[in-house]
Amino acid sequence: MTAAVFFGCAFIAFGPAFSLFIFTIAKDPLRVIILIAGAFFWLVSLLLSSLVWFIATKATNAQDLTLQKNLLIFGSIFSVILQEVFRFGYYRLLRKANEGLAAISEEDGPPLSVREMAYVAGLGFGIMSGAFSMINTLSDSLGPGTVGMFGDSQYYFITSALMTLALTMLHTFWGVVFFEGCERKRWWVIAVVLCVHLMVFSLSLLNPFYVGSILPVYAIMLLMAVWAFFSSGGSLHNITLLWTCRKSNAETSS
Amino acid sequence: MYYFYVISNARKCSITLQRRTVAPEPAAEPPSLDRSAVEREPVDLEEEEELPLKYGAKHVIMLFVPVTLCMVVVVATIKSVSFYTEKNGQQLIYTPFTEDTDTVGERLLNSVLNTIIMISVIVVMTIFLVVLYKYRCYKFIHGWLILSSLMMLFWFSFMYLGEVFKTYNLAMDYPTVAMIIWNFGVVGMICIHWKGPLQLQQAYLIAISALMALVFIKYLPEWSAWVILGAISVYDLVAVLCPKGPLRMLVETAQERNEPIFPALIYSSAMIWMVGMANPARHAEPTNQDTGSSDEEAHRSEGSALARDWVEPETQVSSGMNRSYSTEDDLDEEDRGVKLGLGDFIFYSVLVGKAAATGGDWNTTLACFVAILIGLCLTLLLLAIFKKALPALPISITFGLVFYFSTDNLVRPFMDNLAAHQFYI
Repeated sequence: MTAAVFFGCAFIAFGPAFSLFIFTIAKDPLRVIILIAGAFFWLVSLLLSSLVWFIATKATNAQDLTLQKNLLIFGSIFSVILQEVFRFGYYRLLRKANEGLAAISEEDGPPLSVREMAYVAGLGFGIMSGAFSMINTLSDSLGPGTVGMFGDSQYYFITSALMTLALTMLHTFWGVVFFEGCERKRWWVIAVVLCVHLMVFSLSLLNPFYVGSILPVYAIMLLMAVWAFFSSGGSLHNITLLWTCRKSNAETSS
Repeated sequence: MYYFYVISNARKCSITLQRRTVAPEPAAEPPSLDRSAVEREPVDLEEEEELPLKYGAKHVIMLFVPVTLCMVVVVATIKSVSFYTEKNGQQLIYTPFTEDTDTVGERLLNSVLNTIIMISVIVVMTIFLVVLYKYRCYKFIHGWLILSSLMMLFWFSFMYLGEVFKTYNLAMDYPTVAMIIWNFGVVGMICIHWKGPLQLQQAYLIAISALMALVFIKYLPEWSAWVILGAISVYDLVAVLCPKGPLRMLVETAQERNEPIFPALIYSSAMIWMVGMANPARHAEPTNQDTGSSDEEAHRSEGSALARDWVEPETQVSSGMNRSYSTEDDLDEEDRGVKLGLGDFIFYSVLVGKAAATGGDWNTTLACFVAILIGLCLTLLLLAIFKKALPALPISITFGLVFYFSTDNLVRPFMDNLAAHQFYI
């Protein structure tokens, strides 16, 4: 494994998220804080779900591999559910904080709109999720080794990077859609986001059959992107304005 | 090897967090009230309520960046230079009990004993410094601080440079190294004790904190380090908040005398200082009193005073403490700064460095990093609410410790298994 693999996979997995951070978040201190708090919330949800998984594995026979794999799947499903619960919890926290800020600030209205917070929170979740999935793999890719020596796939690194990218972007879009759904009291949106998240996880169960996992995940990502765009106020009109390079009062978030 | 610890030991984590402001106030107001006080004296209530929110986020980021930089330096060094993770049986004189014992119980007992000794040393040093400050032995403190910073800037950085060269197998001759270290050290002493650009001072303080953290990571035994981290955050809490705590007494003494406290050994994010900050060096008043480790604090105070002078050369300093308010009226709100003690930098970096050193798992390191940043954010939020000096260690270190142990034992196997199967949650 070479430096080329390391840099290539690092940029694939984290490039878009990093650019989004640099261009949209780094300048505003409040957004940075919300991003890191979002990462923290994701981390706490992961912690709780790994606790459940750990207890389950310790309570059962470690030699039974199928059972362990099933427990892993169960733990992951629980983790997905818990992540969405924490996303909702974060939404409530941000709403409360926003109301507090709005009440005291001398400007009219809160310093950050709910849409901005939705985007930043989603990106926080995504970055942390991506980092936790990919960082150890990346650091291993710098060291010596042979990929797929025991018959596993040769494409482990690049597919990991691609899946990480998809997950990061998906978390961002889910954040936008989720918060918007909560704002408008459309609770079915939460259920849909949860189902899509579970579907993405189930697709990843097909690995290493990468055609069956990566392509559908990217298709879902594109659909979520479109949904998030329209949900945050975008419209075809805005897109045409963008293409014709005319200034507009687009209210697309971030 | 142990000698310098006599000088620069004890808690470098001073009061840690103070909120100061240079909000313009009428000149008629007696000087004893505002500037030099640790607490912020609001001009009017509305402004005060809004200001924490207006400036809270910016100041959090102003502290996030140096803390992150310090941690990045420490983690990068730990991961690349193996010297700082090698244990060759040498231990500090303050942790005499060995951890190479036969049973787990014995090891635990030894680490607790080590912690007790270390914390007692720190408490004694802090009280000694408070006594010195109370009896105005400024020259003694000043000398102590200079000696300590000499040791840090020259000896520790020479060792660090040597280890980096060894790691990367770079051939180097002594004259070049001598010139590099000489320049680095002298510029550091000047920046910290005298005048210098603010960013250079900040950079040197971060460098010193990182060096100190690396030394702690190398010489503290495994379990002792964790117990010490826990104990020191409890001590920080007690020392800053209890009425008879040494740090609180220090703050109150400084307030009575209308002197700024801990200008050195404190990293400050603000460019412009409060009125009553350390005078220019010619007054030779060590406006910093540091509770624990000497040098940085003293240096910081000088540095801060000088930073201000550097920014506003025409400032008239009437007495040691007073200052004409007219110049401050022109200052915009940028002058509000938040300060964080260097001891906090050191212990945050020790926590993250140890997370990086043991096990080599990046998830644990990342989790501790996020936990510490969130703890710092919460501490600053509390600071904005309570507006008095607060300990910055307890919340962050607690979060850091909780996340370290839980990520290392629970999340790591979970994520490893998921990565092995390429499941993505």
